[in-house]
Amino acid sequence: MSPATLQEIEMQNAGTTAELPDWLEPVCRAARERFRATGFPTSRDEEWRFTPVGPIAKASWRPAPPAAAVTQDQLKEFEFGHPDWNTLVFVNGSYREELSRGFTIPGVRVISLAEALRANETVLQSHLGRHAPIEASPFAALNTATMRDGGFIHVAAGTELLRPLHLLFVATPEAAGSVVHPRNLIVVERGARAAVVESYVTLSPDSSYWTNPVTEVSLGGNAWLEHTRIQREGERAYHTGLTHVDQQRDSHYRSFSLAMGGAIARHNLHARLNDENVETLLYGLYLARREQLVDNHTVIYHDHPNCRSWEVYKGVLDGRSRAVFNGKVFVKPEAQKTDAKQTNRNLLLSDGARVDTKPQLEIFADDVKCTHGATVGQLDDIALFYSRSRGIPSAEAQRLLTYAFAAEVIAEVSLEPVRNELERLLRERLEAR
Amino acid sequence: MTLPLLEVKGLRASAGDKEILRGIDLTVYPGEVHAVMGPNGSGKSTLAQAIAGHPAYQVTAGEILYQGQDLLDMEPEERAQAGVFLAFQYPVEIPGVSNAYFLRAAYNEIQKARGLEEVDSMDFLDLLEEKLKIVEWGPEIMSRAVNSGFSGGEKKRNEILQMAVLQPRLAVLDETDSGLDIDALRIVAGGVNALRRPDNATVLVTHYQRLLNYIVPDHVHVLSAGRIVKSGGKELALELEERGYEWLEDEALAS
Repeated sequence: MSPATLQEIEMQNAGTTAELPDWLEPVCRAARERFRATGFPTSRDEEWRFTPVGPIAKASWRPAPPAAAVTQDQLKEFEFGHPDWNTLVFVNGSYREELSRGFTIPGVRVISLAEALRANETVLQSHLGRHAPIEASPFAALNTATMRDGGFIHVAAGTELLRPLHLLFVATPEAAGSVVHPRNLIVVERGARAAVVESYVTLSPDSSYWTNPVTEVSLGGNAWLEHTRIQREGERAYHTGLTHVDQQRDSHYRSFSLAMGGAIARHNLHARLNDENVETLLYGLYLARREQLVDNHTVIYHDHPNCRSWEVYKGVLDGRSRAVFNGKVFVKPEAQKTDAKQTNRNLLLSDGARVDTKPQLEIFADDVKCTHGATVGQLDDIALFYSRSRGIPSAEAQRLLTYAFAAEVIAEVSLEPVRNELERLLRERLEAR
Repeated sequence: MTLPLLEVKGLRASAGDKEILRGIDLTVYPGEVHAVMGPNGSGKSTLAQAIAGHPAYQVTAGEILYQGQDLLDMEPEERAQAGVFLAFQYPVEIPGVSNAYFLRAAYNEIQKARGLEEVDSMDFLDLLEEKLKIVEWGPEIMSRAVNSGFSGGEKKRNEILQMAVLQPRLAVLDETDSGLDIDALRIVAGGVNALRRPDNATVLVTHYQRLLNYIVPDHVHVLSAGRIVKSGGKELALELEERGYEWLEDEALAS
């Protein structure tokens, strides 16, 4: 455990305590104590066996720097060609109103968490810190202990959103050596439908900084959410994130998670199915190269009968990069008629790349359909030869087949502008080989 | 004097430590259709694959000249760009890549290699219209992933479509007739015939005489145990149909 980091927590909290509502103070205090007790994880911790966080734990991180100069123009490349989407922009962790675009939509609140806390919104009290357990990971505890800002989205019952809402977190050169702990809360009430895009990007690809976000998602009965998470940090940055989803009866959650940045990037995605007839679809793509380490841990809690979960994560690894995938599915004894399928497929483009993949199904009900499959392989020689025999040069054929492998999961993103952008990012990454 | 399009001389090839081709000689002139026949395991497919440059086969002796160039010195894509085409016995499925994208990529690489202009996707669709007629297909096939979920017959038709678009000088068809029903066989054969020109040539690798009812060869060669044991005109195919391959194998052993 790094004493510097603890000091910073104290310091940051000291500065913000005045703004914390009474009910939140004990939540933060418990998280602080939790982190103080656990410290940073080590490789002895099963959950972190393949992901050594020494570079994060041993470094001394400054709190996020104050306002950095960013223009609307610099953010253009991150907005999917849609300046008409509601967008909250956070620069080095702090909400920037002048860069954000808030359009009034009846039944929808899209404001910064800091503002929501100042207003002491009643929705906060029943949701903030109520979903993501501080036990989920030491990093989540650290986030909860220090939460100050992030996105707050509330979609009232029965509201159907036509356009996506975008939470955009930008790191600038000033972020070098600093840490931010963005905290997001997305509440979609009964019968409402929404799409949220959550992006982590940088204007300074060579800076080393650390982003430690937590996003809590609550879906009411028959609510529907498509949640796209795009992690494009710089390749010297660190990213440790948790997304926790709580779903009520008949709700539908569809997630897509792209991870392509970070020297070490970890994302935990936990979905708890709290009632019957819930559907949970988790799609993911990770692209790692050079010395990058990208780690996805997902957990699906099937606590009730007649629910369906479907998970597909794909990875493309190049250079001496590493990927970790761990997919847990817990099926409680009462969760009969559970239908759960998990797939993790990895493509290695180099001899130096490595994947540790571990499906982990714990099933205590007897009338269920649960399957899982994990593969680690190289490009198909026969498909390569077939392409070359048609005149397509070897390097181009490799790119084509790699693209096809990865694009298959991108196709699951139903927002066309986002899908197009993801395909562009993939092409750009492959062309840089 | 016309120069040969393809000259195979004393070709020996192995898969791993197993020798499959044991000295093949074959000369193909522009405008000709050659049928290479023979029982299973005689080396027909290996010959086809060696011409295309399949990495699983090592050429241990001999040479393959294409328009006087040393084909063995060329990468598979260079052979394709120079005008060599292999219709696969088992066309490969490529999920996630549309037929249109794949074929346009191939077409443009070949155009580029020939110093010709590449085409955009709109112009390519125009060009395709004509070619699709040859295999009696509508444009909807182009948005499906390459061979993915295609029936056996559709895969073979797709090979002929590729051939029609890429316009090779030398087309090698490896068991293109196997597993086809009579309609598919008619379409595939019709495609091959439609693409015959005085300046290109076709090598048909086949087990059965059936295909040769539709595509009439100028020369027929019989392969046995890695060697050409008999060559003749189209009547040789009929004789094989009647008598099978055994008498030739016996003859070869006796000599």
